[in-house]
Formats: sequence, structure tokens, C-alpha cells
Amino acid sequence: MRCDPGHRYGRPVSVIITDNLTKRFPRVTALDRLTVDVQPGVVGLVGANGAGKSTLIKILLGLAPATEGTAHVLGLDVATQGGAIRERVGYMPEHDTLPPDVSATEFVVHMARMSGLPAAAARERTADTLRHVGLYEERYRPIGTYSTGMKQRVKLAQAIVHDPQLVLLDEPTNGLDPVGRDEMLGLIRRIHRDFGISVLVTSHLLGELERTCEHIVVIDGGRLLRSSSTADFTAATALLAVEVTDRQSDLSFDTDVALRELLTAAGLTVTSDGTRVLTVELAGDETYDLIRDAVAELGVGLVRLEQRRHHISEVFHDEQDEPAAGGGTGSDTGTGSASEEASSHV
Amino acid sequence: MSDSLRPAPAPVPGAPADVIHDIGYRHYDGPRLGRGYAVRSLYVLTLRGSFGLGRSIKSKVLPMGMLALMCLPAAIIVAIAVYLKAGKLPIEYPHYLNVMQFVIAVFLAAQAPVALSRDLRFMTLPLYFSRPLTSGDYVRAKFAAMASAVFILTALPVLIMWIGSLLASMDFRYNIEHLAFGLFAALLYALLYTAIGAVIASRTSSRGFGVAAIIAVLLISEAISFVVFHVLQNHQHLSAAYWANLINPGELVDATTTWMFGLRIEGQSYVPSDLGGYVFLAVIVLATAAAYGLLVRRYRKI
Repeated sequence: MRCDPGHRYGRPVSVIITDNLTKRFPRVTALDRLTVDVQPGVVGLVGANGAGKSTLIKILLGLAPATEGTAHVLGLDVATQGGAIRERVGYMPEHDTLPPDVSATEFVVHMARMSGLPAAAARERTADTLRHVGLYEERYRPIGTYSTGMKQRVKLAQAIVHDPQLVLLDEPTNGLDPVGRDEMLGLIRRIHRDFGISVLVTSHLLGELERTCEHIVVIDGGRLLRSSSTADFTAATALLAVEVTDRQSDLSFDTDVALRELLTAAGLTVTSDGTRVLTVELAGDETYDLIRDAVAELGVGLVRLEQRRHHISEVFHDEQDEPAAGGGTGSDTGTGSASEEASSHV
Repeated sequence: MSDSLRPAPAPVPGAPADVIHDIGYRHYDGPRLGRGYAVRSLYVLTLRGSFGLGRSIKSKVLPMGMLALMCLPAAIIVAIAVYLKAGKLPIEYPHYLNVMQFVIAVFLAAQAPVALSRDLRFMTLPLYFSRPLTSGDYVRAKFAAMASAVFILTALPVLIMWIGSLLASMDFRYNIEHLAFGLFAALLYALLYTAIGAVIASRTSSRGFGVAAIIAVLLISEAISFVVFHVLQNHQHLSAAYWANLINPGELVDATTTWMFGLRIEGQSYVPSDLGGYVFLAVIVLATAAAYGLLVRRYRKI
């Protein structure tokens, strides 16, 4: 048995630490003073395309130098110990990377040897790993004959075949149908739970990371927007859309304004986007009761009451408007998740 | 549980065939052999792949065919020399390679894209570079493997001719000396051809384009070199005419080795002057070094 990297010497050790990490290209700043501290577990890295996710992964693998700041992976400095990091870390890229004319077995064996495993061990680990990701007889067929889901599994297998302590998965659910997506997310959870490998998984879909990750880091434009446990995150981001009818007896009465006042008075956060639909932050089950009571009190009909998933861009919008959101919900982050200096613990 | 009912994977050589596999995840505690081992593995895999070994029958046809084609005339030369009890082989060892340069060109054109363009086309490189291996290691392994493949292709017929000279009881001293010249020429072919093939193949992810470009460069340069030589020669500029050998890598190597070892001059294979000889040799070395530098630069950016 190997020591869990997170609990060596009996105390948790961060798998990734960045301090003021900055990467500037001639025209853009890809990462802007990013400071995060990622603990062992499954951590989601969320950001729109171009938010700096891939740049961050490149720096963490020691493949690109940072302009400023430092980063450590598994306690190793990315600037000077890239080789040692890449021995201990697995990486699954976003795009297609598999040659179609070799079998999964041949390909993964080769990649295991490139990670330094002796030939016999590479074959044995390959057989084990492909079985763990759910590839059986088909592993002897050329990869060109595989479905997208099977190819993703091969990509995952090559990332964990050398038994890394940390694996970086870049958009692993891209291009998968809903079933394939669920299966991939299930596999990602197993990688940590059953295999004891920490996971950093990127996505531009917050929803699927909420279901998979223990912690979520949101970056946008290279800056940290937020870093907190998934529970805090979902509590703060779940929204209800509420729409009511006009009061039939008195059409001049503005029910929307009245409802908004009632709900705000009841302690809920309500926003209106100018249409008739109000957006109410879901604080808990009692939120439904409060809305029901308010609507009944006004004596109007309820047209719509539905849970709405935040699109990631809305999260960004909210975060920028209210930088302290999420800090007040009893988060264990202590420092406030998205403070001005963009610094937080996960 | 259904996992445990599945047949065991194909037996691993060196391990008992009837192992009952543990279904749970097992950590790997064995040795990790690091960068040097990874580079060697990549070298061996690429070299084997250059001859289609470990690949499908289809991928073996062309490289193995070229190898056979390269050796066949050598075997015929040997057979005739033995039959006629000639005291000497009819052709210089290094010049044999010049005569056969078409075959070397086809081999290189077909196999350089196999070694390099594939990884570009299928975007496999990020998987390599996320491992301990660096882009410099990758270039080193691939270049060495391709050069070794071309060396095997060119050295084998030279060896066959030498063995023939032994069978025909020709002068041993003379032949072992000229075998060394032949192997030296084979080495120059391997380096210079690999340099050209690798630079072209590393620039394109399309295999077909790589094949066409390499063939074009090697064969068209041969034609141009031939024409320029003969035009200048017909106008009585014999020493200037030899500069035409710079145009084509095959002629360049042949002219240089003929000059270096004082071999019998065949066709246009000679240097314009001793100074020209040094220039030729320098061009071979510099072109190879420059190509290697270009490759390193090409892969550093990925």
C-alpha cells in the first residue's frame, strides 16, 4: 500500500499550490495573479473557453514557464522539477490524441513505457487499467473502430496507467452523449475513491462538476473568481424562476413589484431581469414555502416555479457584481472565496 | 462481479498464464526507469516501425520490399563475381549506394512520415510531452531511429558485397578497407537523408504530402544535378561542373567519399578540387546539424 499523498505524515498535503501565478503572452494575459490551494480529492476547474484552464495545466506540467509567481504540484516546483512532476502526474488532453490504426492495448502499453514502466509491467498495468476503465475484448481492435466514449476511456487509461498520484483531466466529457457523460463522471469519482488518485478535472459546464467534485475552482480571464466546496457552491448558485399572473380584480396593481417586496421582506434575494420572471436564490426547502405563501397572500396565480441551473456565465456575472457572495453561507474557506486579491483555499 | 468471470487477458510473457486477477485497483510499486529508458523505448519502437515490425503485414510490404530491392543487385554482383572468379568486385562499395539512391529515396519518403507525421496528425505529442520525456528527447530518439533505419538499408548490401568478396577469395586487405569506406558512406547517407526526410516530415501532418515532398526533393535534385553537370561539362568547365554534386544529397555523399578515399571516379562523382572536397564534407555536416536544429526548434513549440 502506498501512502495517500494527501495524508502523508498524518496531515493533509496540498496537491497543487499556486501563488500569484501569472502568465502573459504578448497580447493577452492568460493567468492573472492566480492563487489557489488544491487539496487531495476531486477538484473541478471551471471556466469558459479561453479562461486560462489549458494554460494553467501546461504550467502545472512544467511545460511552459510562468511569467510571475510560483506553482507547486505534489510539493514539487514546476519551474525546476517538471520532469519529476510529469513522472507522478497523468494528463488527459481535451482533443483527440489517439492513432486509429493501433489497438488500445498496444497504444497504452507504449505510453506506459514512455512513463518509464518496464515492458512486462507496462503490459500488466495496461491490461488492468483498460479493464478498470471498462474496455474488455475490444481493446485488441484498432482504436479507429471505437465509439467516442471508448476513445475517451483509452485517453483516460493512458493517463492513469503509470499509477500517478494526481491526474489532470481536460474536458473529459466533451463530445459524449448523456449516458457516456454519466459513465465518465462515475469513472472520475472512482479514480479518487477506489484508486486513491487525486483528480483535477476541467469543464465549462458547472452542472456536471457539481455532481462529481468535492471542490470547485472558477476562473475567468485568467483570474480566480471563486474557490469553494461544492456544497457552498450549489447552495449559492441554485435559483428559482418565479412568474405570476396579474390580479384579475385590479389589473393596474403591479403584482411583480408587490411579490418582489414580499419575498425580499421574507429574507430572500430576488432579482428581476426586466421581464415578468423573477429570479429567487434558493436558500433551502423553506424558500419554496415562502414563495407559495407570498403568492397566496397576493391572491394571484402562479405561472411558473422552476429550478434554474446557473449558466456558467451567469456565475461570472453574479460574482463580479457581488464579490462577497458565497462567503456568507458558512463556507469553510475562511478568507472569503473571491476576495479582491483572488486568493483562497479549496 | 461479472469481471471475475471474464477470461484472463492474453498471457503476459514471463508471468504464469493461469493467474487469477485481482479485480480491485492495485498501485504500482515497481521500478520507474525514467527518461533514458523512455528515449530508448521510443528509439526501438520507431526503428522497428520503420521496417513495419510490430505493425500490420501491409506496413511491412514497402520497407521490406525496398530492403530486398537494395540487396538484390548486390547479391547478383556477388554471384557473377564468384562465377567469373573475378579478382575484384565490378563496383566500388560506396558507389553502389549512389547507383541505388532511388531505392533509398523511396524508403525514406515512405518511412519518414511514418516516424514523424503520424504523431502530428493524430496529435499524440501532448501525451509524450506530459511524461518525463522532453521534446529534445523526442527529436533525439526519432532522428536516431530514422538514421539507424537508413543505415541498415544502406549497410546491408555493402556487407553482402563484402561477404561475396570473401566467398570469391578476393584480396582480403583491399576488401576490408573498402568495406569500411562503404560503411562510412552508408553512415553519411543515413545522416544526410534522415536530416532531409525528418525536416520535411516534421512540417506536415499529412502522410501523402510528406511522401510526395521527400520524393520530389530527392529525385528532382538528382535530375537537376545531372543536367547542370552535363551542361557545364559540355562547355569544357569540368571542375566547375563537379559543383553540381552539391545539388543532390546522393551525389554529394558519393563525390565526397570518392575524393576522401581516392576511389575510382564513376560518372560525375568527384569534387571540383581538394578545397571543394572540404566544402562538400562541411556541407554534409552542416546540413545535418542545421536540420537537427530545425527539428529541435520545431518540437520545442508544442
